[in-house]
Formats: sequence, structure tokens, C-alpha cells
Amino acid sequence: MPTLSLKVNGKAVSGEVEGRTLLVEFLRDQLGLTGTHVGCDTSQCGTCVVHVDGKAVKSCTVLAASCAGASVTTIEGLAANGKLHPMQQAFHEEHGLQCGFCTPGMIMAAVDIVKRNGKKVDEETIRRELSGNLCRCTGYHNIVKAVQSGAANM
Amino acid sequence: MNATGVGASVKRKEDNRFITGKGRYTDDINLKGQAYAVFVRSPHAHAEIKSINTKKAAGMPGVLGVFTGSDVAEDKIGGLICGWMIHSKDGSAMKAGPHPILAVGKVRYVGDHVAVVVADSKAQAAAAAAAVNVSYNALPHNVDAAKAMSTKAQVHKEAANNNVYNWGLGDEAATAAAFKSAAHVTKLDIVNNRLIPNAMEPRAAIGSYDTGDDHYTLYTTSQNPHVARLVISAFHGLCPEHKLRVIAPDVGGGFGSKIFIYAEEVVCLWASKRVGGRPVKWTADRTESFLSDAHGRDHVTKAELATDSSGKITGLRVHTIASMGAYLSTFASCVPTYLYATLLSGQYNIPNIYAEVDAVYTNTSPVDAYRGAGRPEATYVVERLMETAARELKMDPAEFRRRNFITSFPHQTPVIMMYDAGDYGAALDKALELSDYRNVKARKAEAAKRGKLRGVGLSAYIEACGIAPSAAVGSLGAGVGLWESAEVRVNPVGTVEILTGSHSHGQGHETTFAQLVSDRLGIDINNVSVVHGDTDKVQFGMGTYGSRSGAVGMHAISKALDKAITKAKTVAAHCMEASADDIEFKDGAFTVTGTDKKMDWSAVALQAYVAHKPGFEPGIKESAFHDPANFVFPAGVHVCEVDVDMDTGFTEVVRYTCVDDFGNLINPMIVEGQVQGGVAQGIGQALLEACVYDEDSGQLLTASYMDYNMPRARNMPSIGEFKLGFTCTPCPTNPMGMKGCGEAGAIGSPPAVINAITDAIGVRELPMPATPLTVWQAMQGMRKAAE
Ligand code: FES
Ligand code: FES
Repeated sequence: MPTLSLKVNGKAVSGEVEGRTLLVEFLRDQLGLTGTHVGCDTSQCGTCVVHVDGKAVKSCTVLAASCAGASVTTIEGLAANGKLHPMQQAFHEEHGLQCGFCTPGMIMAAVDIVKRNGKKVDEETIRRELSGNLCRCTGYHNIVKAVQSGAANM
Repeated sequence: MNATGVGASVKRKEDNRFITGKGRYTDDINLKGQAYAVFVRSPHAHAEIKSINTKKAAGMPGVLGVFTGSDVAEDKIGGLICGWMIHSKDGSAMKAGPHPILAVGKVRYVGDHVAVVVADSKAQAAAAAAAVNVSYNALPHNVDAAKAMSTKAQVHKEAANNNVYNWGLGDEAATAAAFKSAAHVTKLDIVNNRLIPNAMEPRAAIGSYDTGDDHYTLYTTSQNPHVARLVISAFHGLCPEHKLRVIAPDVGGGFGSKIFIYAEEVVCLWASKRVGGRPVKWTADRTESFLSDAHGRDHVTKAELATDSSGKITGLRVHTIASMGAYLSTFASCVPTYLYATLLSGQYNIPNIYAEVDAVYTNTSPVDAYRGAGRPEATYVVERLMETAARELKMDPAEFRRRNFITSFPHQTPVIMMYDAGDYGAALDKALELSDYRNVKARKAEAAKRGKLRGVGLSAYIEACGIAPSAAVGSLGAGVGLWESAEVRVNPVGTVEILTGSHSHGQGHETTFAQLVSDRLGIDINNVSVVHGDTDKVQFGMGTYGSRSGAVGMHAISKALDKAITKAKTVAAHCMEASADDIEFKDGAFTVTGTDKKMDWSAVALQAYVAHKPGFEPGIKESAFHDPANFVFPAGVHVCEVDVDMDTGFTEVVRYTCVDDFGNLINPMIVEGQVQGGVAQGIGQALLEACVYDEDSGQLLTASYMDYNMPRARNMPSIGEFKLGFTCTPCPTNPMGMKGCGEAGAIGSPPAVINAITDAIGVRELPMPATPLTVWQAMQGMRKAAE
């Protein structure tokens, strides 16, 4: 099995992976980073979103081996020096989560949405861009509010 | 008001672990030496199993065992049960076929569990599962509830014509007489579409057998771990209860689908012993969830409403065929009966009601409670009828409802329920005002200019939740009472642990339950922790469903707190050398009446454990069980406004208003979140979600997110157009005066949406989900009729 070396949440890591190992499996099973979830098998739910080299990807749809040398950020690495990222804080303040299962993917996707669309990203854009993230609990209302307020503080 | 007490929108205490990726769901847990289970599932809707050849699979790399129904039988492990007995009109008991945890002789739906492979890795288990050779002899199948009683497919030999029961409620003769003398009768054929729950966390289980202690542990995605333990021990006969610990850690949404005891969790436990005590883990992939989670709804109904010449309702008559799927799931039988027909009076004075229900087997996944469970189906029937009748009588739908509202309480309906409190007119007034109902005409005209048809629809729902008074449900066939338990443990420093039989899987109990404690004891919310979801920690409990954790679970906590305060008063009395009767407790301090002697909560807690003063039993730890006196009856009004595209039939919910009477609120922020989430599920049912089984092949065509249309952020009304309001008539049967709020959103919304679309396009009937195609076709029908 080939050895994969990459950076995860700022730390150099390496591990043995099979060619078919998905990034999400590598993160969850080998690194124990279980904040990244698996909610589907067709790349639609977005519970698995992480950042690879600063871009949001669905880690269920990326081969771990293709991330050699990359820098990956998961939900566990978003808070810097023990201080919550503004988007994490916003999800808390706006009650943007209930069961919490979609939440890591939502937050990672939201950070990316703001990076691409700016701090003043409008509601319609947020709703459209969240098409790839499913939540069964909140009705999205407070998630959209959280993304807006998180954006303002980013 | 105490800043973290009852009534405050306190931010959730549990959030931190979820927003930082530290939630601990079942699939996040890995036990030492863990093996993996993969199930072999039926590709047929209905077939005889001729043979199962496991030889090749058993010899594949990493495989620890391949097990089938005959292995289960060898160990005398019992089948899955349905815990609610329903009797047919003729007095006979419901006809339940066996439901083995691995199929015996026959499979009855696509996805039925046939065999299990346990291996060192998931990939090895999957490869071996593919090598299990099952030879089937396909049998005729039926997936359609409406055809179940006439099809030649016989799902269980126990149930002739696939009829599980033919049940009735109400006075048939009196209702027939009311229809005979009616001035007007409104009839509708109504289908309540089958839904797939789709909690975002797929079901998962780890079964672990300890060979040293002859003891089992189950980690599972459950809304009610104690009920799981009870059933697995008493009915499956795996082991006595004290030999089984069930842990339901963080659970990623349930909506009913995680109430039930499923084959997979029992198999994982049992298989762990079979493979020598290695823990056995199973996690559903999403397609497996679609195939094997209990589905919801699936009612086919004929309904009629009788009115007199003054627009007053004189009778309601309903016949419903309810699909049970291929087996009776844990609570399946009570959903289309006591959770459905008992709510057919809605918010209205209806002197005569008669409901008849045929529950039927079909070759589909079992159907059981899904958010609202029976009450959305009842509300859909009543509120579609109300809107349609108003239109036929040329009355304003709001006024027609108002004319028929129940206005005095308590109110005994003709279908068992005794409504305790409410003010339906107040909620209607507020909803009409918040939604600017008055000016809808102008908005219709404005929409027309943009090529849109604007429609408005109302729905005035009521539900019975806070499930449930044990004696009442027992007399109706429930196998167990539905009380709740709580324990209050006070630490020497005055911090408090609450142990509850309720289970939180998104509802925010760690916050709301702590608010109650903060309120009562005058201590900071951060000095309270809430423990749930582990049968080794919490003695017993009935779990969370039916919007019961507030009205029933918190009531138990409230009782235990009363006892803890009484005990603390005894301690304070000894410390301050007074009589316990003279001790007052307020705002976190104990005082002696008529003196300036004072001790605060934490000082008394410490003395309870220091125990240097003689004369009292040390410690403060109190528990309580609570059995509610009645259901609670949340009610409210939803107003939905839609724009339908004239060319495409695409429907957008452009404005949505809910006014709910949940009694007193513990945490308005959390309550609003529950309503918003419920409404999204209702909009999903009304516009998007279709569970489709292919008639010819019996295959589930909608077994992935590619095919099953889940509500997304863009399907919901915009932030400014989604308005919530509250009215309050406190519930008289609990000290907090609260009702339940978890299901109301999903109960009230589907009829509001469909009433709005039928208003927009001018049709009488419209099936759910009202996809663009469905709406467009309905519009073509109208156009043809007009030509
Ligand atoms: S797990 Fe669903 S999109 Fe990745
Ligand atoms: S919070 Fe439960 S799925 Fe989004």
C-alpha cells in the first residue's frame, strides 16, 4: 500500500492508503477526525465537506491518494488557538444547528461560500450555494441567518 | 426573569461539541478488536427463499462468520415485535405475521434482511456478502396500499386479503344520519404520500459481547435506548435486562425513524457472541437507509364532510387504507388508529364522526411513526376538507373555520380526546394579521403581472402529544405505559446532574432541562449537566417521540426537583436550627421565616454531605416517575402563500406564517427552530418528497438523494417572509403549563401548501408531492375544462 503524506489541520501526517481509500475514510478511520461525517453515497448531502488547499470539497468524493502534499482543513482545525472561527460562533448564536450531524459540513461549506462571494453575500446566493448541503432538522432558516452573520464577522 | 431560566432564549449548551467536530455519534465510536457486519438484502419484493449457500463467502479473506435465519432460530432469538394491539371491529385481534431478524423461508420487500456477513474489515464483509448465493423463487407482489385487499399477492398467510385489521372509531349510525340530513356534503379522495424519514445520520449499531462477564453492550442510533433494552431482552430473548447495556450517544436526528427496534441492532449483538465476543459494527449507507428505515404516512382515504345550511359542520366520515409495509414495525399499528382518527375533530365542533381504517400489508419497507405520526394525516384530511368545503359554500375559508371552532374547554370530541385548553380564534386572528391576509388580493394581482399565479392556503391544526397517559393508552392496546422518569443528583458543591429517560437528538434538552433546574434552584445553567441515553446511568425511561420530552420528561424532572428541594430544606433546617416548616426557599437561598438567618443553595448542598449535624439522612439525590394525566393539545394556524409559474407549474413558497399555541415556552429560540424544521419537512412532503416503488418490479425507485427530493435551503421561504407567532393558553395538566412543539410544523404545513396551490390554479384536488409536472398537468386539466 502506498504511503500518503499531507498536512491536516496544519500538522504533517502520513499513513498507508489503498488506491480506493476515500479522503473521508482516511480522515475518520486513520486520523480519528470524526467531525467529518458521511451522510450519503451519492455526493449530495455535504456532511463530509472539508477544505483541500483552501477549497471546499466533498471528502466522500475525493481519493485520499490524490491529496498527497495537499493541505487539508477539517472542522476540528477551523478554530484557531482555541478561539472559534466566526462561522462556528455564528452557528451557535443563530441556533443554526439541532442534531449537529450536518453542521461540520455546513460550516466548512459556509466558510467557502463567504470566501468566494464576499462578506456581503446575499440570502439568495447563500441558499443557492447551499444546494449541496442537506439538513433535515433546522429548515435552513437559521443556517442561512448564521452564514450571513458569520460572513459579516469573517 | 432569571437570564438562564424558563422562558429565556438561552443559547444551547450542547452546541460547542457539534460546531467543533467533537460530537460523538455511533459511527464515530470504534471498539478494540471490532469487526464489521454487512447485510445480504433481498433484491425481490416478494419471493420464496429456496436455498442460501454461504460456503464460498465463509471461506473468503477476513470472514469471521456468515449467518442466516436458521442460525438465529438455532439460538432461539425471537423476532421483531409490534407493541400495540389493535382489535378489528369484529373483535378479532390484529393479524400479525412473524418478523424474524434474518429472513426465514420468504422475503417480503426489497431490502429485507436475509443474511449477515461479519469480517475483519468492512470491505471484506461487503465482498463476502456479494458472494452469498441465495436462490429465490419470485412470488407475486404488491406495493400499492389501495390494491392490497384485492391483489393476488399474499404477504403473510396470517392476514387474509393482506388485511391486518379493520378498525372503527365513532358512532357510525349517528354519522350516517347526519349525512342524510346534511344541506351540503363535501367529498374528497385523499392520498397522504409515503415518505422516507432521512435523518441525516444513517442508522448504525455496535454490538459487543463480553465473554468474561456474559454481558452485552449495544451502541445504537436510538431515540429510546431503554425501550430497546426492554424489547431486546424480553422479546428477542438475547439476555436478561441486567446483562444488557444500551447506549444511544449523540444521535443525528430521528423524526420517529429511530424509535423502532430494528433487525440490524439485534443481529450485531447476537453476532458478537457468535464471533467469540468481538464487537460487531454496522453502519447503514444511505441506500440501505432508504430501503430499511421505517417509512412514514402512505394513507389512501375517502373523506366527506357534512354541513347544515348555516355553514356549521354536522358530520365527518372517513375511510382510510393504511399501508403497514411488509411487516408490523414497533409502533406501526397505533399510527393510523389512535394517533390518527382521534384527531379527526380538528379544532372544530363536530357532533358526529365516524372513521374506519383498514391496515394492510404491502411488499414495501415497514411503515411506522414519522414526525407527527397519524396527526399530519388527520390534519391533512380535515384541513383539505375545510378549505374545499368553504370554497364550495362560497365562504371565506378563515370565516368558515371560525364559525366551527370549539370555543369552550374542556371539550370532549366524539373520538376519545378531551381537549383541555385553547383559544383557536386568537391564533387565527394573529395568523391572519401576521400574514397580511387582508391584502392577498392585491398580491395576487401583482403576481399575475409577473406571470405567476398567487394562492393562499390555511391550515388550522391540532395535535395530541405529550404521549401519553399510561392507563389510557393501555386500555387502547399499548403494551407499555408511556410515563417518564428523572433523577436529580446534587453534588457537595451544589452543582446538579439531571438524569432523564428522555433522549435528545437535536431537541436541545441539555439546555432546556438545565433551564428548568436553573429556574427552580436559582443556580447558573452551567452548574447543571443533563445525562441521558445510557441504560447504565439512567435507570429507566421511555425516550423521546410524540413531542413528549417537555410535557412528560420535564414534568418528571420538576417532580424530582420538588423532592430535592424538600430534602434540602430538611438539611437547611438542621443547620439553621429551625423547623423544616419554617424554611423558605427562593432565588437560590434558604431562609427561616421571621428571622434573618440565610443559607444559599451550595452551602446547604455541602452540609448535606458534610453531615456533621445529626438528625438527617446525608446526601441529596431524588428521583421521580411521572405519568401524565392527559395528552397535551398544541394547536395553531398556518398560512401559506405560493407563486405558481403559469408556464412550468413550478411552485415557490413565497410567504409562510405560523401561529402556534404551545402553552408556556421554555426556550423560544429552540421552539422556533423546531417549528422551522417541521415546516421544512411539511413543505418537503407537499412539494418535493415522493417515495416511489415500481409497480412491476417492486423496486424502490427513490433509493438515493439522486431520486428522492429532499428540501434544500432554496425551497424554503426567505428569512423575511417566514413569520412565526405565538399565543398562549397554558396547559392545565403540567406545572410548567407547556405543550409539545416538536411535530407541529410538520403537522400543520402540508394542507396549507396544497390549499394554497389549489387556490392559485383553481383545482379541487391535487396529489402530493405537487411537483412542477403534477401542477402543470393539473393546470392543463383546468385549461381543457375551460375550453
Ligand atoms: S457524504 Fe454525502 S456528500 Fe459526501
Ligand atoms: S442539524 Fe440535524 S441535520 Fe442539520
